Order: sequence, then structure tokens, then C-alpha cells
Amino acid sequence: MTEQKSPCCTESNPGFIELDAYIDSLKIDPIDPERKEKLIMTLHKAQSIFGYLPAEVQKFIANRFAVSHAHVSGVISFYNYFTTTPKGKTKISICMGTACYVNGANKILQDFENALGIKAGQVTPDGRFSIETLRCVGACVLAPVVLVNDHVYGKVKQGQAEKIIEEYLVEYGEKVEEQ
Amino acid sequence: MSTRIENFEQLRQKYEECKRLVEVRADPDYDGDKKFILVCGGPGCVSLKSLQLVENFEKLIKEHGLENKVQASISGCFGFCEKGPLVNIFPENIFYVQVKPEDAKDIFEQHILNNKVVDRLVYIEPVSQKSMTDSLEMPFYKRQMRIALRNCGLIDPEIVEEYLGVGGYQSLAKVITQMTPEEAIEIMKRSGLGGRGGAGFSTGRKWEFGRMYKGDRKYVICNADEGDPGAFMDRAIMEGDAHSVIEGMAIAAYCIGADQGYVYIRAEYPQAVKRLQIAIDAARKLGLLGKNILGTGFNFDVDVRLGAGAFVCGEETALIQSIQGNRGEPTTKPPFPAERGLWQKPTVVNNVETLANVPVIFEKGPEWFAQIGTENSKGTKVFALAGKVNNVGLVEVPMGTTLRQLIFEIGGGVRDGGKFKAAQSGGPSGGCIPEQFLDTPIDYQSLSKIGSMMGSGGMIVMSDSDCMVNIARFYLEFVVEESCGRCVPCRIGTKRMLEILTDITKGKGTLDTLAELQSLAETIPDTALCGLGQTAPNPVLSTLRYFMDEYKAHVEEKRCPAGVCTDLLHYEILPEKCIGCTSCARGCPVNCISGSPKQTHVIDQEKCIKCGNCLQKCRFGAVIRK
Repeated sequence: MTEQKSPCCTESNPGFIELDAYIDSLKIDPIDPERKEKLIMTLHKAQSIFGYLPAEVQKFIANRFAVSHAHVSGVISFYNYFTTTPKGKTKISICMGTACYVNGANKILQDFENALGIKAGQVTPDGRFSIETLRCVGACVLAPVVLVNDHVYGKVKQGQAEKIIEEYLVEYGEKVEEQ
Repeated sequence: MSTRIENFEQLRQKYEECKRLVEVRADPDYDGDKKFILVCGGPGCVSLKSLQLVENFEKLIKEHGLENKVQASISGCFGFCEKGPLVNIFPENIFYVQVKPEDAKDIFEQHILNNKVVDRLVYIEPVSQKSMTDSLEMPFYKRQMRIALRNCGLIDPEIVEEYLGVGGYQSLAKVITQMTPEEAIEIMKRSGLGGRGGAGFSTGRKWEFGRMYKGDRKYVICNADEGDPGAFMDRAIMEGDAHSVIEGMAIAAYCIGADQGYVYIRAEYPQAVKRLQIAIDAARKLGLLGKNILGTGFNFDVDVRLGAGAFVCGEETALIQSIQGNRGEPTTKPPFPAERGLWQKPTVVNNVETLANVPVIFEKGPEWFAQIGTENSKGTKVFALAGKVNNVGLVEVPMGTTLRQLIFEIGGGVRDGGKFKAAQSGGPSGGCIPEQFLDTPIDYQSLSKIGSMMGSGGMIVMSDSDCMVNIARFYLEFVVEESCGRCVPCRIGTKRMLEILTDITKGKGTLDTLAELQSLAETIPDTALCGLGQTAPNPVLSTLRYFMDEYKAHVEEKRCPAGVCTDLLHYEILPEKCIGCTSCARGCPVNCISGSPKQTHVIDQEKCIKCGNCLQKCRFGAVIRK
């Protein structure tokens, strides 16, 4: 019964200490039926620590909340915000709200997908980039909107995707050939 | 440090003290020599670096040693996002548009130091070409009436003293010191305020139910899970005036007898979460939340609960499940939450905008509120105007304003010279409203009569370059993804509808499948469990009703009139117009255009991916789309 552990989650990962301390601060009473109201905030915290929610983290949380692993996993799979696979270092999110959609967001998405050779929801093999679609960031005046990590690119035009990606390649210390 | 306010009298004293903080902005008779630079901190302006702009102003003020005379600050959303970043200078009330961080210097040196208006940053009305410095003159603001947004674009949302300075928390004080819960509920009923989440159910009656059902604990929940794509009203209120919402919640709690409140807010709005938390902490410190509020023995506290990206959680029973740490699946009603809600206790769930209206009703009286709007829909409604419209922004208009006034006067008409095709209100639950109904007054009844709904306030304008079949498909795709899967009509029915719509946009639809689509769209509303499923077919029903010709063009002629559905498009080069410049061939990503220089070019239809690049590249009008 050996289980493959994700690289992030060896016992020595300091993330667990942080998560443990966070859950301590919530003062969970294992027999109080209302304890579960803090579960979703805990999952948010855990995802901010680990970047995603692998099985080890889920089991850890389930234990501390005295609920089943199935319950935790069920909650995670229900909400779009939680992910059980790691994201790229540079997260490219394309807004697919209605305002962005009528202003051509699907074409912008295609541009990014073509440029990186991955589809929405995937990560490049080197782990540098991932593409996601999201629902309305509320910056409709800038439609179509692309978020790279927390940076907002507004009124993105077709053909701009590669330029935006290049900005981040530079950050990885990669030389971008002049065209 | 702020100390606890023990009673109403101390709150009044505090108001007198704090009034001075906002006098340059809020007092029309102010005649002192101070100046105030207010910068919009709405999401659009912040994305265009308005925070940097404030920093630049602050630096300039410091450099000139004018800290006592000039102040710069950020506020909630001004609304006119299209022209952002926006700056308003008080007391002169000069409104600057499209201000870049580097423009701070000009405004400071010319306007602040020398009292000269910076002409190049003044708004020019596009029709009359007149320059306007007072926002109230602008067509965008002229028809608006700001009640829920009254403090957005006036106060700094992170400073509770500014909210107190505009009379904040006095309505709460009045209610808990001078009224019984029954009296307060009566006032709410007389005001006619209806739920701004979209359904319009009387807020007063909801509270009455909350009061009627007995429970050892009761809860008030603020629904801030604004999931409708293309809508940002609640976000603007939470970011610009969170205290109004908290005050509204506290009044609701007093009326129904609750002592705990929750704000259920989307995790996608980190700035709103932050501002809300700051506001809650500040209110607690002042004793306006917590135990024995204003010495009356009334206890009430508020906590924030984060959503995690599920549209269905905007439905109140699903939202309650989510707060309880479960999958956000709705439960059957009845029992309604007012009877058995959070942890099976009586619970009142109100929308952000509804709650933001509450303090004003107690400040100005229910009669004042009830005279605004129409016979059956009272007050104002906030809309997020977006899509193919010239003035994208956040607007608040009295109920009864017509769609034409909203879209053409305030919104400035359709962008890029396009022709108006439809307005979509109510998001994935609403419908598309065609041109012939532009003179419909905006109220709950009129909008549902024409097959749409008020919804939470998203208003997307579509032009002749939008394909209505594709728009219906877009909303269905959204619903299919967001359906929680609990009931069959929604889980399977919407999926079948999406498949049919996708077929139609690919030219594989038949008249039979079209009839099947219609029948599914009519069955699902009667059979689905919750609001999400019941309203999901609305975008399809309304487009079938008003844009049948577009569906027929797709099905019978295999043609997309708007030129959106790529599978139905077809590009050709007209030999008589082509001069053989090779521009299209060089721009083609799949190299499917052949022809030597100065010879007529030809598109290989087999290889063509219909990207439309050649059409854009050709300067001679030789490439056509069929």
C-alpha cells in the first residue's frame, strides 16, 4: 500500500505547518455540527499556500475537521475556484463574461491557445504558463480583458497574445528574438 | 484612535465632528479655501492605473507643503467607466476624464495652484461638441438618480469617519432607539422596496416572514455572489460603500430578531472582500456592530464568507448550503429560508443593492422613496451597461426609465456606428429584448412581459454584428457548465438544448431539431428545481420569439446573417477586383491562398479555416464574406 505523493506534499513541506496553525486559530470543535461553515475558507487558505489542493492536503483538512475525505473532495469538485492540479507559474486568464464575449474574447482565447500550444485548463509542459477562462472580472469597459497573474490587460486585440507572452518570457530570463 | 460610541447622542456628536472631513465634497455651501482631489477607484479606473494617479497627487501635495490645504483621495466607482480614469475636484466640482498618472502634474500646477481648468482633460460631449466640466450636465449623468450608489464617488470607503460624516449609521440608530421591529417593517413595506437581486419580492414582507417564524437564533445574509457575467453593480457598491450594506444588514437583523449576519461574497472580488473586512472591523471598533449596540441591548455581528466560483450559489438555498460548508446545491422550497434557512433557523437573504437602499429609506422616509419609480416598482435600479455601447459604465436610474433612454441617452448609442439589435438583461436567466420594445419602461412587470427579466442589473447591448443564435448558445454553455446536476431537467435538458444550438451554428440544424429546441425550452421552466434551471431557457425562448428569422437562416439557408458562426462562413476573392498584391496570401495562417504577384488570387476552400484575415488585409474590397 504505497501511495504516490505529489512533490509538494512531503511531510517536510512547511505549508502544512502554516495550514495547521491556521486551522488551530479557527478553534474547530469536532462535535459541533456548525464547524463545517469554516471549511470553504480553509480550502481557500490551503489553495493559497499550496497553489492547488492535492489528495494529501484534502485528507489533512478532512482529518482536522472530522469530516470524510469524500466530503472535502465533493466540495472541491463542485466549485470552479478550487483545483486539484497545479497551475502554471504564469497564469493567463481570459475573461469570458458576456461583455468580453461580444467583443471577441473567444478569438483572443484561440490566440493564446495557438501561441502556447495548450488548451484552456491546461499547463505548458515546462510548467511556466497555464490558460484559464473566467467569468466576468467586472472591468467590462476594458473588454476583452486578459489577466496575467494579477495584471490586467484591457481591450486586447487579435495578434497581441504573443507580445503579452513575450513580456513574461523575459522575466524567465529568456532572450526573445527580435522579429 | 476611534473609541466606542455608547449612545445615539454620541453618534450625533461624532457626526458633527466628522462632517468637517467631507465638507469640501458634500456641502454645496462650502466657502473655505481647501481643495479636494477625488479619484475614482472603480475596477475599470484602477485597471487604468488610477491608484498610481492618487500617489502622484499625494507626492505633489507633499512637495509643495500643501498638506493642510489640499487633499487627494480615492473613492468608489464614479460610474462613467468609458472615460476613466476619472477625477473630480472640489469644491469647484470640475470633472476630468481619461486622466493618466502623468497628468497629475498638469492638474496640480494649473488647476490646484493657479485655478485654471485643464482644458485638454475636460469631457467633450460627442453630439454637441460642447465641453462640460460639471458631471450633472453630461447626458451620461443627467437622467441618473443615485440612491444605492449615493456614496460611491463621494467618500473614501476605507475611512469609517467619512461614512459617519455623511450621516452614516444614523438610520440604524433611529430604528433601534425609536422604533419597534414591527414599526420598522411597516416602513419598509410602505416604501415598496423590492429585492434587487432580480425577482423584486417586497423586502418588507420578507422581513415580516423572518420575524414571524420563531427560532432560538436567526440570521441575516447578504447575497454578494454576483455571478451574472457582465455585471458589476454589487461589486461597485461593496468596494465603494460597504458601510451602507452593513448598516442595512443591521437594520434587517433588528427587524427579524437576528444576532448574526453573513456576507456571502465571490472570491473573484478580492478588493471588495478587503474593503468589506475593513468596514466590519471599523464598525466593531466603534461599537456599531457587536454587543449592546448604542446602549440599546441589541446585539449583531457580521462575518464574511467567501464563495468559490459557482453561479448557482446566487440562489438563496444553494448559498445557504455553501455557507454550511457543503456543495452549493439548492434545496426545494418551501420551506423558504425565512422559515428554515441557515442551520435550519429562520434566515433572511437580501441582495447587496437592496440592503444599500435601506438606510436611505429610514433617513428620508418611505413616502419619499415610494414616489420614485412606477406604480409597482419603486425606487431606482443600478445597471452595469456594457457590450456594444458607447458609454460603458455603472448607472442608476429611476424605475420606469425606458430602455431607449438608458441605451441611447445615457449609453450614447451603439458603438462603432453599428445598428442596435438587442439588449440582454438578467444575464443567463434573462432574455434578449429587440428594437421594437426600446420604449418599454424598466420595471419588474414590463420586462417579464416581454420575455426578459430585471435580473440583478447586467445590461448588455448587442449590435448587428452579433449573431443571436450564437448568443443563445453562449448563455446555454454557461448554464450547462454551472448547472449543479441535482435535477434532471436542468442537468440533461439544458445539455440537449446546447447540443441542438451548437448543431444549428454549425449548419447541421433542421426544422425538426428547431421544434425540439422550442419544446425543451418550454418544458424546463415548469420542471426544474430552482431558479437557475427554471430561467435557463429564457435566452433561447426570447431569441426564438424575436429572432426566428436568424434561426431560419441558419437552418434552412445554412447562412449566418451576422457573419459570426464560422462554420457557415465562406470567403471568396472577386477576380474583377483583385489586383494580385499578395497581401492576403501573406497574411493567411494556413497558406490556402494561391496566385502569383499581379495575378488573381484564389482561396482553397478545403484548407480555409475561415479566420477572416484576408478580408481584413485586402485594401481593394476584393475579398468577400458570404
